[in-house]
Amino acid sequence: MPASQPFPFLTVLVLLPAAGAAAVALVPSSRTARWVHEALGLAVATATLVLAVVVAVRFQVADAGYQMTSDHTWASSLGIRWFVGIDGISLFLVVMAAVLFPLAMLGARARTDKRSFVAWILLLEAACLGSFVSLDLILFFLFFELTLVPTYFIISGWGFARRGYAAIKFFVYTFAGSAFLLVGILAVAFIHQSQTHVLTFELPALARTHLSGTEGVLLFLAFTAAFAVKAPVFPFHTWSPDAYAEAPTAGAVLLAAVMAKLGTYGIIRFDLNLFPEATHTLAPLLLTLGVVGILYGAVVACVQRDLKRLVAYSSLAHIGFIVLGTFALTTQGLSGGVLQMVNHGLVIAALFLLIGWIYERRRTWQVGDLTGLQKSAPVLAGVFTLVMLASIGLPGLNGFVGEFLILSGTFIVHRWWAVAATIGVVLAALYLLWAYQQVFHGVATGANAKIRDLGWGERLVIAPLVILIVFLGVYPAPVLDRITPSVNRLVAHVEQVTHDRQPSVATGGTGNTAGSAAAAVPAGDPPVQVRPVSVHPTRGAR
Amino acid sequence: MLHLTYLIFLLPLAGFAVQVVLGRRMGDPLAGAVATTFVGASFVVGVLVFFALLGVHAPVRSFTQSLWTWLPVGGLHVDLGFTVDPLSMTMVLFVTGISTLIHLYSISYMKGDPDYPKFFLYMNLFVASMLILVLGDNLLVTFIGWEGVGACSYWLISFWFHRDSAASAGKKAFVYNRIGDVGFLLAMFLTFQSVGSLNYSVIFARLGQVSPGTITAIALLLFVGAVGKSAQIPLFPWLADAMEGPTPVSALIHAATMVTAGVYLMCRVNPLLHASGAASLTIAAVGAATAFVAASIACAQSDIKKVLAYSTVSQLGYMFLAVGTGAYEAALFLMLAHAFFKGLLFLGAGSVIHGLHDEQDLKRMGNLRRYMKVTFFTFAVAWLAIAGVPPLAGFWAKGDVLDAAWSRYPALWVVGLVAALFTAYYMSRLTALAFFGDDRWRTDSRPAGAGHHGGDGGRQPHESPWPMTVPLVILAVFAFAGGALSFPWYGKGTLLTWVDPVFGANLYDAHQSVGLQWGLAVTDSVVAIAGVVVGLALWTRVTNRPALENSFLRRSWYINELYDSVIGRPGARVAAFTASTIEGGIIDGAVNGIASAVRRSGGLVRRTQTGYVRNYALGIVLGVVVIFGFMLTRVWWS
Repeated sequence: MPASQPFPFLTVLVLLPAAGAAAVALVPSSRTARWVHEALGLAVATATLVLAVVVAVRFQVADAGYQMTSDHTWASSLGIRWFVGIDGISLFLVVMAAVLFPLAMLGARARTDKRSFVAWILLLEAACLGSFVSLDLILFFLFFELTLVPTYFIISGWGFARRGYAAIKFFVYTFAGSAFLLVGILAVAFIHQSQTHVLTFELPALARTHLSGTEGVLLFLAFTAAFAVKAPVFPFHTWSPDAYAEAPTAGAVLLAAVMAKLGTYGIIRFDLNLFPEATHTLAPLLLTLGVVGILYGAVVACVQRDLKRLVAYSSLAHIGFIVLGTFALTTQGLSGGVLQMVNHGLVIAALFLLIGWIYERRRTWQVGDLTGLQKSAPVLAGVFTLVMLASIGLPGLNGFVGEFLILSGTFIVHRWWAVAATIGVVLAALYLLWAYQQVFHGVATGANAKIRDLGWGERLVIAPLVILIVFLGVYPAPVLDRITPSVNRLVAHVEQVTHDRQPSVATGGTGNTAGSAAAAVPAGDPPVQVRPVSVHPTRGAR
Repeated sequence: MLHLTYLIFLLPLAGFAVQVVLGRRMGDPLAGAVATTFVGASFVVGVLVFFALLGVHAPVRSFTQSLWTWLPVGGLHVDLGFTVDPLSMTMVLFVTGISTLIHLYSISYMKGDPDYPKFFLYMNLFVASMLILVLGDNLLVTFIGWEGVGACSYWLISFWFHRDSAASAGKKAFVYNRIGDVGFLLAMFLTFQSVGSLNYSVIFARLGQVSPGTITAIALLLFVGAVGKSAQIPLFPWLADAMEGPTPVSALIHAATMVTAGVYLMCRVNPLLHASGAASLTIAAVGAATAFVAASIACAQSDIKKVLAYSTVSQLGYMFLAVGTGAYEAALFLMLAHAFFKGLLFLGAGSVIHGLHDEQDLKRMGNLRRYMKVTFFTFAVAWLAIAGVPPLAGFWAKGDVLDAAWSRYPALWVVGLVAALFTAYYMSRLTALAFFGDDRWRTDSRPAGAGHHGGDGGRQPHESPWPMTVPLVILAVFAFAGGALSFPWYGKGTLLTWVDPVFGANLYDAHQSVGLQWGLAVTDSVVAIAGVVVGLALWTRVTNRPALENSFLRRSWYINELYDSVIGRPGARVAAFTASTIEGGIIDGAVNGIASAVRRSGGLVRRTQTGYVRNYALGIVLGVVVIFGFMLTRVWWS
């Protein structure tokens, strides 16, 4: 049991927005000024951000295990505990979520019933943060399910024309996936109980459960059903274009940037930890779904005429990259996958905010109705360009770092999957540049010619995202230094069961030659960096 | 002084930052002057570092500066590192030098443009990216610059974004470059897998343990990247469209610097090419074929900038022919000479376009030598230089390329020689149509004031102001005397031999006798002069010769039509089918089908349920609250 921190940072991190949601809901709306709820909500979200930053600063860089854990008995007869902790895999998801919630609140405010809107958003924040730090499976499941509720109400309450359909589809689809997850969690716990006579839902304990091959595969599929719908992974994605398009801007931002990450995060945290053997067995299937998602999402995005749906399908492609990196099961692939979750969150949040602002001005996001916006809104166009290029994966911006790590980490073990995925790089340029040309280039007429440029408030909201997009592209080392130890620990955990090692180049050994079993020792002294040579039996290129 | 290396690219980057913040406030022409100053300062730092590098006495003069670790992930360790050695230093000097001249030229050329500051913002960012490209000490840092110049090229081509053709051309350039980038990326993955590093020096040191097949694959994949960036067959069509950008952009990016990045990359990885004869032959063959095809297309274009664009493609083909032959110094020599004379040709063309109020059609020019004296004399130097007339720079540079080809790949030498004939011919045709013959622009019936200068008072062509003519004169001097960089009788003492250590034994040496060299030089001269004579004779008095301007050549061998019918339209159909039938019909159809089936079968149960999801949702909230409450009570008691 890791030592507990004197101050329960993570517990407070989760309970603060939950308490904020309750407080906002309890302040009556009739007697107070109209801005009270928003101000209160913003204050709570900002306090949560400060706390998240404190957590990031206190995080021990080289420590691969769970940090700042709090572990309290809750329902001892049921074996359920309040067990929260953080490692390099969840740290930056927490920080990203904490950054995005206040920005979404500021950048996309509700027009009606602000009290409920702010309360639901804070509840969603609590649920998302709770999911990212839970290390007890039942606790995770509660938070995971809890995210559905505020999202449903945000879409159906403040959404656009077909919000009813989109909200129900989203709810029922993800809820159906979750049913498998609950059954899976109980099954793992009971198998563990039969082996150890201890009923527990703690992840570290359950990760030591011995599962037969079939059990592992079935349970893996049950867990992955929930996560694949949530992410969404191809072909379980069809709720997402509807939900993203019909949700209000804040809803779309938080849904796509933060909540969808619960899916990919769940795969990494639970599938890989609990079912390493099944992960390894089924990796080709998931790799294929990832690659198909990359290409399919890009192809479908190419024919979208609605900016929000276009971004929704581009998101499918980016999620495909995360899945690809995860199931490459190499240090680079998995680190890239974790980093890309953060990158994708920042980029898609910025895209949805910008598209939302275009909608506020023009009441449309049909590409055909927009043209020449760059003329009268150069700052909007400039920011959009930068975010778009980050999404395309231009080096120097954050998207490239993740994509490059994912692709190189995949290439060294599954060459042809990586080759196919790299082609997605071309397609991304195709649809985004097409959309940019239609919306921002050309001669502006009518309302397009008089469009207002970004105001100071909007610039302040988008500035943190722009700074993070550039910073993570130029100097990702501080983030990668914290992600990699936890990733290495996870990869080692999988390899321990499968007896299959990632190539030595991935870990810093040198001289593994593709296609030929060359000596693993370099011929001459490498003139620049000299790293310790570790020789493993090598997983062949497939 | 060597530790100032980072300033070489940081200064233009700082210039970019200044333009972002203050560009609009500075306006026209201060923004341009400030931008030019930053690039000029970068040139000065480059010169200082150059002399410092000369002071290094080592077998290979080289200095590496690492700013910070960019990617530290397990075995993949990439520094943001920069190397100055004779090769990158040569590139730095010529890139910053030419950039300074073209920035100066642009101060005047872009005058009056509403987006004046934005032009210089992109130009500074371009120079910074180009310098990162040439200074990178590993493939990935080179790739940062590689993509950076691509993005700037995209912005600058579609600079006049209100024109649909400009916006489309920018997009086309980006997409074609991205296709090449797939090769570059895959080459990096394969390199990482085979040698565990992306660092040039580490890669070269460990080549011995890489299988020959893998080396060939890496070299060819990098060449795919070069094909995209340097507009070679089959990825060349974007460069002609790129002429939609302002003319200084065409001169700087699409003639002198960015498009030579592919050649630079091939020179940088010369140990790979040396180790793979197959890759070298492929590169040489593609280069020769491109030199020939593009030259043939240039013979039939009537837009002055399109002729120059295809000419650039063709000249880049010569450079790849040299690279594939192993004559890296010849490639570098032609790259420098080409930067001088092609930059000069574009700036001259810009001066003509400027003087004729945005006229680009050669058929509506004529006799301009009488009205634009400086432009004409400088242009004439560049014309004869590119045609290969001795003793101008092009003669020596192209001669070196063809001499090496003669010894190693005689068949490709023939192709190159035919292309040389075409080159002399189309450049003479262009010069004849623009500067000789009648004043055809007088009968011009275009509406007045189409250009951004407005007013019809100045229909008479006029010479351009000094910021435009000074760069012309400076470049003309280099285009004339640039051959001095590497006269054959210098032996081992030529200026270019200072890059010898970079290539070492990888450099191809034909061991040609003096007699053979003379014979080849005379052949080149005869071909060049023949082309010039034929071109002038055919086109000075006659402006239309349909047989020589058939639509096959005019429309670039129908390459765009081919791509459109083989890739573009089928691709669009596949995408439309995927989106409607597969996505809407099958995948989402299955989801909705299951949902409605469940709904129908649940008809009976439904009575006990309200059917409103929001009630279920509230139920979940209540349930969660109860569970949490239960747990809280347990905490209390435990």
